[in-house]
Amino acid sequence: MSRFQPIAFFNRQPTSSTASYDLLPFRFTELDEERYVATNLSGEYMVLPRDVLHRFAKSELNAHEPQYIELRSRHFLSDAHSKMGADLLAIKVRSRYQRLADWTGLHIFVLTLRCEHACPYCQVSRQSDDKDAFDMSREHADKAIQLALRSPNKAIKIEFQGGESFLNFELMKHVVVAAKVANSKLAEPKDLAFVAATNLAVTTDEMLAFCAEHAITISTSLDGPKDLHNKNRPRPGKDSYQRVTEGIEKARRWLGRDKVSALMTTTQASLGSVREIIDEYLAMEFQGVFLRPLSPYGFAIKTRFYRAYDAKRWLRFYDEGLDYIIELNRRGVAFREYYACTILAKMLTSADPGYVDLMSPAGIGIGAVVYNYDGAVYASDEARMLAEMGDETFKLGTVDDSFDALFTNETLLRALDESFAYSSPMCHDCAFEPWCGSDPVFHWGQQGDVVGRKPESEFCERNMHIFRGLVQRMEADPFVRRLFMKWGASC
Amino acid sequence: MLKLRGKAQVHNASLEMPRLLRVTSREDLPTSMRSKYALLIPIDHHASSAASEGFASILVPGAGVAVDELPGLSNSKNVFLLSEDFQYLAEGDIVRLNPESGNVSTVFRKNTPNNSILLTERCNHLCLMCSQPPKDVDDTWLLEDAFALVRMIPTDTPNIGFTGGEPTTYGNRFIELIETTKRNLPRTSVDVLTNGRAFKSESYAAKLGRVKHPDLQLGIPIYSDDPVRHDFIVQSEGAFDETLHGVLNLKRHGVRVEIRVVIHQQSLPRLVQTCEFIARNLLFVDHVALMGLEITGFTRANLEQLWVDPYEYRDTLSEAIEVLRAYGLSCSIYNHQLCLINDDVHDVCRQSISDWKNEFLPACDSCAKMRSCGGFFSSQVAFKHSEHIVPYAM
Repeated sequence: MSRFQPIAFFNRQPTSSTASYDLLPFRFTELDEERYVATNLSGEYMVLPRDVLHRFAKSELNAHEPQYIELRSRHFLSDAHSKMGADLLAIKVRSRYQRLADWTGLHIFVLTLRCEHACPYCQVSRQSDDKDAFDMSREHADKAIQLALRSPNKAIKIEFQGGESFLNFELMKHVVVAAKVANSKLAEPKDLAFVAATNLAVTTDEMLAFCAEHAITISTSLDGPKDLHNKNRPRPGKDSYQRVTEGIEKARRWLGRDKVSALMTTTQASLGSVREIIDEYLAMEFQGVFLRPLSPYGFAIKTRFYRAYDAKRWLRFYDEGLDYIIELNRRGVAFREYYACTILAKMLTSADPGYVDLMSPAGIGIGAVVYNYDGAVYASDEARMLAEMGDETFKLGTVDDSFDALFTNETLLRALDESFAYSSPMCHDCAFEPWCGSDPVFHWGQQGDVVGRKPESEFCERNMHIFRGLVQRMEADPFVRRLFMKWGASC
Repeated sequence: MLKLRGKAQVHNASLEMPRLLRVTSREDLPTSMRSKYALLIPIDHHASSAASEGFASILVPGAGVAVDELPGLSNSKNVFLLSEDFQYLAEGDIVRLNPESGNVSTVFRKNTPNNSILLTERCNHLCLMCSQPPKDVDDTWLLEDAFALVRMIPTDTPNIGFTGGEPTTYGNRFIELIETTKRNLPRTSVDVLTNGRAFKSESYAAKLGRVKHPDLQLGIPIYSDDPVRHDFIVQSEGAFDETLHGVLNLKRHGVRVEIRVVIHQQSLPRLVQTCEFIARNLLFVDHVALMGLEITGFTRANLEQLWVDPYEYRDTLSEAIEVLRAYGLSCSIYNHQLCLINDDVHDVCRQSISDWKNEFLPACDSCAKMRSCGGFFSSQVAFKHSEHIVPYAM
């Protein structure tokens, strides 16, 4: 008689009958005609055929079915063999929301609204007027620094925005130096970082030397190949492309190659050129691209650029781009799509990368805050864009207000509360909710309601499509699954 | 494979009980120190009684020699005539001598980076592949010896290991041993092999955390993400949950944890899923080791349901490592030969097999990578190894 028992002894549940198990919280949404995506509270998912999902939910699964073992391992059910599911879920959910306690990390300083570019899609309604009326004052900047350093977050990032941020280089220098001094006087100095959003058209060596000295990173705009870029981003001399590409090279020489990032914006003219746009990013030796649709703010609305294509058309553009990037990786070219990375991190890890537009509770105010050139404080970059259009709903106050008054602003708190996706109508039942976010400013701007009607929401349409697409691609191809795992885990 | 335990012929036994003694070859050791040392004498060396006086014991490696052939020692006390297996004994080693039974074990070797100290043979698991099959006997003397040993081991020793059986069988005495080790060997890293179940009690984990040992790591096995499969492999119901609680509690209290997965027929079917489970749920562990099978102990009894040629699972192994790497987990492959696994995981394949049990096949002599290969357990060479061992061309 052997001292060892067979595996059936430890399984106890007879092969012939259905298992006895408890369901843990899960949600499901159709993936396609035959399959469903089921997710648990921490965003882990399983794709199940309709009939398996049905039997699972009715407690009719058999303990020996491979899907049963998988469902137990991913905490969709718990049975006599393991009660760990609830504990592990709790730890993961807590990790996910951990950043909330840190409070606001990103502090955007709009140094000036002036810009020498005249992009028709400008979402911040830049001013060409070179009068000082559109520059931030030193007094306002000093107050904003104090507010930024009041945040309980241990890591504070100050982002310089415009207009063109380097058109007010004197103030940029002042903010960097003053913020560092103020930080060093704190009882517990913060991990303070700076980033400058710039079109790199007016940056000089003196400016870059300053950036190098203070470890300021650069975030620029590159819309694609020369013709497309120059068409999207007109400026006197029609030389935006030349300036930005030369600027990227120069900035990299000063700062290091990973200190310069670029963003693209999709216009109607971009729609047929996703491969060329990606090739341009490859040529410029970027590690990835962020395929971004236009946002419905500022000139993008006024010039009707925003309505030039709908969500469906943009998603075709996105899908084509994502598939091309996967293909590149298959050929051994490591390259990423950053929006997918953000979502994959939520699907495949317990971390939330904290991308402001895809957070729930929303990122407004508590993920990022904007100090405008005129001293007004807004709950997000989009909130100040909305304000330039005359809607000051998400204005929290001014830099003269106290930190407490700004961040307990009634509109902010109500918007955060009401738009929390876990409790929003339809979002609550959606399997994709753990991966999604809420964008109250977008829905307010589009529908006049911070929650919004999801069936009419482009935010919802766009993200649902991308979630499904990412799952389908992983399910269909082990290579993609491994690739996406790397993207998500190192986002 | 070096033999660490054996029987000796003992002459003029006068030790009252088993003792731990340091080994020395220095006949000129000051007399005042000698009572704590065993003098090592080569068989062809004609020592005089005077030279050996005062030593607690005399060790003579070399089989079949009667003591009268060593005339100088005929009056010496506690002369242990050892077999040739003990030729490796060297200055600074520590041996345990039992004058009554003649049992000799080498409990510490100065010239090896991995000394492992057995604390007990008792265990609440009965793993299918256990290399040290548990015995339900009172062997508390092993723990007492360990307390003595950590006071004797040189303070510049880089690493020691505590193993079992299940070291936490001793409850608070185990925590005391770690405290004693920290006090006496403050610069020595310590590895403990445990199934972690005792730490399901958070207060027990907290006690270990409070020791604040500067370089302690607990190696804890999780053989599957499927609780039934894990419980089956360790032959104990409820093991999975208790071990997981243990890992969580240890990390809560700042104790370093390495997850160890032994690869065999029963763990292989969910190896990749197990690594995904670790990445999703235990991302905070300090290291993950995927380990080859040692063909000893229960493994030999259960070989039919355990053995799988590493060459057959090389792609699965690559996939498992890829998962761990993708999530940024520090990971290693132990006990595998380089020629059986894919190139993409060579860099995490460690030369981990203890030097005293590390061997090679004749075919390996011509291999260009022999020096960087972990080689085999002696038991693998003797009983079972892959059919696919191929030397790399020079």
